[in-house]
Amino acid sequence: MDLTYGLVTGILFGIFLQRSEVLRHDRQLGALRLRDMTIVKFMLSTVVVAMVGVYLLVDLELAKLSVKPLVLGGNVIGGLAFGLGWGLLGYCPGTSLGALGEGRWDALWGILGSLCGAALYAEAYPAMKATLLAWGDYGKITLPQVLGVNHWLVIVPLAAGALLLFRWFERKGL
Amino acid sequence: MNAQDSGSPGRKPWSPYLGGALSGLLVVGSVWVTGKYFGASTTFVRSTGFVERVFAPERVAALEYFVKEAPKVDWQWMFVAGIFVGALLASLASGTFRWQAVPPGWAERFGPSKLRRGIAAFCGGALAMFGARLADGCPSGHGLSGSLQLSVSGFVALACFFAGGLVMARILYRGR
Repeated sequence: MDLTYGLVTGILFGIFLQRSEVLRHDRQLGALRLRDMTIVKFMLSTVVVAMVGVYLLVDLELAKLSVKPLVLGGNVIGGLAFGLGWGLLGYCPGTSLGALGEGRWDALWGILGSLCGAALYAEAYPAMKATLLAWGDYGKITLPQVLGVNHWLVIVPLAAGALLLFRWFERKGL
Repeated sequence: MNAQDSGSPGRKPWSPYLGGALSGLLVVGSVWVTGKYFGASTTFVRSTGFVERVFAPERVAALEYFVKEAPKVDWQWMFVAGIFVGALLASLASGTFRWQAVPPGWAERFGPSKLRRGIAAFCGGALAMFGARLADGCPSGHGLSGSLQLSVSGFVALACFFAGGLVMARILYRGR
């Protein structure tokens, strides 16, 4: 049953991504060149809506959070490496499959490269575990926990900040 | 061959705010019904495990990382496959499907060579995936799912994704 839900969720997400032109290489590079904020608008809209919805579910005890641990060595070095590769490829792991779906088949080279990158990481994992992944491990923490406040005191300002950013994007024509 | 994406025929795109908000509702529905948050990069590990198992089954069995992320088809694997199917259906239905080897923006900067684009995309994919696994997530797992749960790791990773991407874009498109 999980598999069917996964497929249906993926198909819907693929449709939303494709129709919003978020899958395009030029849109992704547009954001990284600070010229076209389409993907940032899409991503932040998703985050704001889902943030409110998911925390409502959590408050009503209808869902649980699934937080990844903060490991500064992994998150920072891995994140920067990801960013450099992303800038070169112009697709991220999820959107590379979507880009292939809409016929932009240079994404296929990216997917093959990604599989090789995953194989390399599997080889390097023991070494990473002993070094980078042992640096700055703070466990599964959220911003409200760190600040010691109720989560809505973080959600409302973040949502307001996103709306102000959207207004600024539209004024600047980004 | 490389028709410009802008001004190409086909139905007009949606507002990214609309597509994003609908995706947000989709996340909420997914978390509510199945408890699953979006992610994509673990699927590449599992798929690599499948391929590698054909050539070197002992190696796959011996690697700790393939024990942690076993080669199997799970919710996320089907989700990633679904993104492909959804994009295919939507692009065909809207007349925006293009069989294209070199993105227009890339061609403008680096020329129409399919080989050059292929090599760059391959290397970019390898580096991005190595980084995503080291960071324990990609723009789906950290960027969307992490930040929407207000997890500190999600915000840190997302900031680093963009920092790395801005640097690479600056290197590639300097002065343009």
